[in-house]
Amino acid sequence: MNDIVLIVLLTLVAAGGTAVVMTNAPERQAVTLSVFGVLLSLLFFSLQAPDVALSQLAVGTAFLPLMVMLAIRKIRGGGR
Amino acid sequence: MTRSWRYAIFFVGAGLIAALYVIGVYGMPHFGSTFHPYRDRAVPAAVSHRTANVVSAVNFDQRAFDTLGEETIFFASVIGAAALLRPSKEEREQHSPSQGGHVMASTRFAGYVLLPVTLLVGFDVVAHGHLTPGGGFQGGVVLATGLHLLYVAGRYESLEHFRPVEKFEYGEVTGALAFAGLGFAGMAIGGSFLANVIPFGEFGQLLSAGTVEVFNFAVGIEVSCGVVVLLAHFLRQAILLRGGEASRS
Repeated sequence: MNDIVLIVLLTLVAAGGTAVVMTNAPERQAVTLSVFGVLLSLLFFSLQAPDVALSQLAVGTAFLPLMVMLAIRKIRGGGR
Repeated sequence: MTRSWRYAIFFVGAGLIAALYVIGVYGMPHFGSTFHPYRDRAVPAAVSHRTANVVSAVNFDQRAFDTLGEETIFFASVIGAAALLRPSKEEREQHSPSQGGHVMASTRFAGYVLLPVTLLVGFDVVAHGHLTPGGGFQGGVVLATGLHLLYVAGRYESLEHFRPVEKFEYGEVTGALAFAGLGFAGMAIGGSFLANVIPFGEFGQLLSAGTVEVFNFAVGIEVSCGVVVLLAHFLRQAILLRGGEASRS
């Protein structure tokens, strides 16, 4: 049972990583990166590492995409 | 270089890395197996110091020196990013509050409801770092990103009002110094750097695990303030500063 969960999650993480790479526009990439972060967090959790899952969730789904979005906005020179 | 060549090089490299990875991982004990020498040493060491969260015992007690290194890396990277993001000579701050985009009422409502909830969860994760999964780093990031719900729900000006950056800079330094200072206190009292010198208390209680929870608070202060400072520099660059290379191109 546990193996099935791990295989499914590992496949999803591989698919998610590929999706991030294949996303063209950087601002959309920030969104797929955030989804990829949730998938990674689920994988860590099912590998019995809740501490790491929590770190990944906090950094990968909110903090990192926000920094990417702000950097893109600065580069494009857009308003608020 | 043509597209097909790039793909060819990528697939050769990816294949090699995949092969190396399989060779590297193949000999490892199966996940969840009974053979686990590190666990056999780390868990009794954590229990002997009355620390329910073994990961925290490893991070802040058994291998606190590693964590001191990680804290220093975090500290240095925030300073480095802040130095890189400082305004250049051509950039000027532009305050134009009337320009603020429209925020949907539901977004505003969700932001203001979630703000206290998120801050409470962040504090909870820091305060129970020695008992349940989480700790200073995770809770600190939650606290800092939670504060930015003010920006999501309202305006940039309201965030600026509740977030005096200089104070958070002092907070980051205080957290980093507290960690190192506790290490020296351990040397003075317990005879070794970063030694766990506070009474361990009762297993599973809020007051337990000795210095582990104090280290968690130091890290929580440093990380939450550091993330706020980092995001403040990013936000200022993206929202307030005009002129210079970026917007001219």
